[in-house]
Amino acid sequence: MADKVEFELVSPEKLLASQPVDMVVVPGAEGDFGVLAGHAPMISTVRPGIIEVHDGDRVVNRVFVAGGFAEVTATRCTVLAEQAVPVTEIDRAKAEQELKDLNEDLADAKTDAERQQVEAKLAVAQAKVDAVSSGASAH
Amino acid sequence: MPSLKDLKNRIASVQSTRKITSAMKMVAASKLRRAQEQAEAARPFAERMGRMLASLAANQQGGGDGPKLMTGTGSDQVHLLVVMTADRGLCGAFNSSIVREARRQIQRLQAEGKTVKVLTVGRKGRDQLRRDYAPLLVHSFEEVGRRRLSFADADAIAAKVLEMYDAGEYDVASIVFNRFKSAISQIVTVQQIVPFAVPETAGEAASAEAGPVYEFEPDEEQILAELLPRNLAIQVYRALLENAASEQGARMTAMDNATRNAGDMISKLTITYNRTRQAYITKELIEIISGAEAV
Repeated sequence: MADKVEFELVSPEKLLASQPVDMVVVPGAEGDFGVLAGHAPMISTVRPGIIEVHDGDRVVNRVFVAGGFAEVTATRCTVLAEQAVPVTEIDRAKAEQELKDLNEDLADAKTDAERQQVEAKLAVAQAKVDAVSSGASAH
Repeated sequence: MPSLKDLKNRIASVQSTRKITSAMKMVAASKLRRAQEQAEAARPFAERMGRMLASLAANQQGGGDGPKLMTGTGSDQVHLLVVMTADRGLCGAFNSSIVREARRQIQRLQAEGKTVKVLTVGRKGRDQLRRDYAPLLVHSFEEVGRRRLSFADADAIAAKVLEMYDAGEYDVASIVFNRFKSAISQIVTVQQIVPFAVPETAGEAASAEAGPVYEFEPDEEQILAELLPRNLAIQVYRALLENAASEQGARMTAMDNATRNAGDMISKLTITYNRTRQAYITKELIEIISGAEAV
């Protein structure tokens, strides 16, 4: 097997993962990108979505992140996430409820600033629901 | 001369006070451990964030003007002080030392002819500062992280600070908080958060050691524009955590002292109680004997 990348997932509250893996797929702001050992150094923003950790040919871990930053070097991939939850731990009903509530909030929003805030939250909630649904179909 | 009954009551009341203070001490000790763990857990994120910022800043150098959060507004007329205290007292000099430092800063800045605005976090700070500087208080947060401090709390404070900055309400912001050194020693710290200052040495070290030139996706400026507000929230979060740990440390020490003092007081009162009791017995005996002699 080829070299591994040191994958680190950190949220402000704790260090969620720190392990060598074969490949991670990160939802970058301009499209998902996979990181293998020897990747060109880069810094990217992360949109709400799923980080997939690959080991060999299998996906061993799927984590939902609500945006953040990723720093990639040849040997390391560090993701600073604002909020990170393993996909298996997301409560589908709750996520859908949240999405519904936010949609109502959006209708109520009066100022542009308010609307923008709600829209940002909405994107996160939507991504969360998508994450659960895709997870359900994969199993 | 207090009567026997009075003494007995006092001893009982000091004893129950001692029970309370020793319980509070133990609660503070366990909360301190939790706060310390949380502070520890938050460290990796702050570290990585700092590293990322340093490499970004290293790339930015010579690139002309960066985002406003980094370069500042070009003036330093209006200062915002974010004063972080606890919601509750009974923790020694914890709150008053922060407030004292905040007062000193306010006086210094005002002497320099600057305008000062104050944002308080925690009820104690607000109450104490309101006495002298009520017109300066712009906003206050209370009951922050009552159960457990979460990043969302810090985010809310940072959002307020940013909102004011975007509205041009101040030029420079600093936070006043207690840095946790150990359970018995906390250091009042004033830290500038806006505009963000890249530590010179860190920047140099990063550029010397990191070497690789990063690619940016999307472009550098956009990342920086998103990273800086995040960084602000992190700084606030870190300060809140340090403050929480310091508060529990200060309370633990204060309650330890109080418990010890109560113990001393009980033994003194017990001695007085015994002496008084003996005096009473002697007096009664004398009365009986002299009564018998008179017959």
